[in-house]
Amino acid sequence: MKTHFLNYVAGLSLIFLMASCGNGSETSQVLGGSAAEQAYVAPGEYDEFYAFMSGGYSGQITAYGLPSGRLLKEIPVFSKYPENGYGYSEETKAMFNTSYGEVPWDDSHHIELSQTDGEFDGRWLFVNGNNTPRIARVDLKTFETVEILEIPDVAGLHCAPFITENSEYLVSGTRFSVPIPQKDVPIDTYKKNFKGLINYVSVDPEHGHMELAFQIEMPGFNYDLARNGKGKSHGWSFLTTYNSEQEHSLLEVNASQKDKDLMAVINWKKAEQYMEEGKFTERQTSYFHNLMNEETTIAESEEKTLTKILDPKDCPDMVYFIPVPKSPHGCDVDPTGEYIVGNGKLSADMSVYSFDKIMQAIEDKNFDGDFDGIPIINYEAALDGIVKKPGLGPLHTEFDGRGNAYTTFFISSEVVKWDVESKEILDRQPTFYSPGHLVIPGGETKKPDGKYLVAMNKITKDRYLPTGPELAHSAQLFDISGDKMKLILDFPTKGEPHYAQAIAADKIQPNSVKFYDIEQNKHPHATLGESKTRVERDGDEVHVYMTAIRSHLAPDNIEGFKVGDNVYFHLTNLEQDWDVPHGFAIQGATNAELLVMPGQTRTLLWEPKKPGVFAFYCTDFCSALHQEMSGYARVSPKGSDVPIKWGLNEKLRENEQAAHDFYEKAKQNANIGK
Amino acid sequence: MSLKQKSRLPQLLMLIGVLSLGAVFLFPLWQITLDAAQFPGGLKMHIWINKISGSEKNIIQNINILNHYIGMQYIEPDSIPELKYFPMVAYVMMALGLISLAINKAWVYLTWFIIIAILGALGIYDFYLWLYDYGHNLDPKAPIKVEGMTYMPPLLGEKDLLNFYVTSYPHLGSGFLGLSSLLALAAYWFKRKS
Repeated sequence: MKTHFLNYVAGLSLIFLMASCGNGSETSQVLGGSAAEQAYVAPGEYDEFYAFMSGGYSGQITAYGLPSGRLLKEIPVFSKYPENGYGYSEETKAMFNTSYGEVPWDDSHHIELSQTDGEFDGRWLFVNGNNTPRIARVDLKTFETVEILEIPDVAGLHCAPFITENSEYLVSGTRFSVPIPQKDVPIDTYKKNFKGLINYVSVDPEHGHMELAFQIEMPGFNYDLARNGKGKSHGWSFLTTYNSEQEHSLLEVNASQKDKDLMAVINWKKAEQYMEEGKFTERQTSYFHNLMNEETTIAESEEKTLTKILDPKDCPDMVYFIPVPKSPHGCDVDPTGEYIVGNGKLSADMSVYSFDKIMQAIEDKNFDGDFDGIPIINYEAALDGIVKKPGLGPLHTEFDGRGNAYTTFFISSEVVKWDVESKEILDRQPTFYSPGHLVIPGGETKKPDGKYLVAMNKITKDRYLPTGPELAHSAQLFDISGDKMKLILDFPTKGEPHYAQAIAADKIQPNSVKFYDIEQNKHPHATLGESKTRVERDGDEVHVYMTAIRSHLAPDNIEGFKVGDNVYFHLTNLEQDWDVPHGFAIQGATNAELLVMPGQTRTLLWEPKKPGVFAFYCTDFCSALHQEMSGYARVSPKGSDVPIKWGLNEKLRENEQAAHDFYEKAKQNANIGK
Repeated sequence: MSLKQKSRLPQLLMLIGVLSLGAVFLFPLWQITLDAAQFPGGLKMHIWINKISGSEKNIIQNINILNHYIGMQYIEPDSIPELKYFPMVAYVMMALGLISLAINKAWVYLTWFIIIAILGALGIYDFYLWLYDYGHNLDPKAPIKVEGMTYMPPLLGEKDLLNFYVTSYPHLGSGFLGLSSLLALAAYWFKRKS
């Protein structure tokens, strides 16, 4: 124990030393001319890989190109995004519904790309929301968030959303155990009242739709990270835990007392069997499922009220524990599915388990007692070997497909390459500074593309020009194609990327949607043609059916709005060409703007507060006459008798019958869409 | 035996000629390519005997959007009558070709050749008139006033037009049309020799 503590202190002082000395000389040694060439992607050329980085506390995801480190797009997921109206437009508001009401933010941690046969298939991306437990799905054809599923009765969905090799399930666990179901109890009754849940969310193989299949009730530990087996270990999940001390205060000390914590080993095929046999209990709860309707492109929310729980006490041979040295963080499975690496973050050594040995130990009932009825597999029986003194603070491991593993060490601030079979350390390279996760393209799959490695560093210090007290986080790209890892690029990242996954560009690029086919537009308020534009009043609700095409909005002169109206601008972008979005902003709107993709319809609510004439305009520079793409909305005092009129370069129209007919037709279309 | 084979050659040539003419329904007659920095790969418009298409599904809308800045009238395939009656003419010529096969006389092949050659020339002239019409009737209220108020793509060749580099050349359909007339001429030649 004492030596651990000393190592820790030594590690910390090393960080301070490195920070105070600066690393300029070391950097210039590493970055030679050839390194710059390796990361160089010439203007107009494409990157070889997409890297999707979680945005951490930004709640979003960013897409980067590798090896250039160029930022391609920020994909809004858990945070509202006035830049394009996500979460503000009428179509996307429902994405933020939860059992707590509208939650406009989250903390996104782990990216999981969909898999087929243990390889990335480039269809969807899943990411967890930590604070209000949720899992989101991004469609990689459009790079848009299309689904968000809340996970009930858990707290801090950090251990999520780890995917199985055919995307059967997304596995997640509660980071903070809580009373289940929630109730008002003293906090110091933790051991008695607090429980954990491990959640299995099924993924529809055709549409990607998520559904909470079942939850397994577990002892009240902190479930930290997980991986699923692959190949021979397919059908099993491995989840690290900490705080097996079951403490509830000053965790940094009290949850670091035991020499070993426990890794949960779950046979989910067995769990499926118990589900079929009806061995679950149902519990009343509340959670929201928000799904973008593919036809109308409108997000719809559904509150769910039932969850199915499996209790390991009633379901033998479903859940086991294995001891892992000292507060493990990541738990990673190698490409063969045989080796499971437990990254004990406060341990001096790393434990590597063998799947075959785990199976053998289970068969031999080689257990060291149990915890709450869950058998604890004998540590030595499951252990394949130990990586001796690899560094300080191992967090995460990925693989290159050539028999090597790469582990980040937070405290000693380095990436270490080691041989999975022999446990021999092959290389170590410093990172600047303190890496969390790391990613190798396909590094968690059966077939890694072991060319590059990106370390995602938690501390930046002096790597870039300073930007006040808050600095960009820093990613570092290593070439790992040779025997020794070689640092070739630094690049700043947005938010705080935790995990990332990278995938060959040719698995995504050919499927990328260029624009939406307007003939497929089933939005109930779509305006399919300029001749159909119109304005309709229904009490104090006014619907503007507007179109955008280079370079005008139609109609662009509208009169008859009144103070106190709720005005819905339904803007349809009539373009059918690549890269011609149109925007819409109106003065006095207290929400956001709209960015409307070609062929798409989006709606902004405007509540005029005072009489006058207000300008609206296109916000996305669309053409040489973009500056002319604007119009006026006249607002009259409440109770005035100015009629609704609209037009584009003509005497303003007020054909109420045409308006009515069109409205009826739109409603009819909406019903067809359902 | 060899004599019999020789006597069948003109009919065979004429048959291939008729089939080649049929190929105008399978391939575009003409291709106009608009190249500009903003359009990687260029915008390609294909003129067929019965339709206008392009490198992408919405090519006409996208070219019309660009053209409206200089006040060019909209290209609306539905309002171009040639796209309706040219196919009829082709069908009639194919039928006449088959009849000439049956008659199998040198003068019949020659007549067919002369008619198809004249029709081909008229077709190109008609195409030129459309280009002239589009290029010279620019709306004076257009946002961008083109110098000389003309913006006419070349009938054959390449030209700088504002930010676009325009290339206009015959496409496969025209090749087959030409081949068809040459085969009729060859049929006439061999028939006369025999």
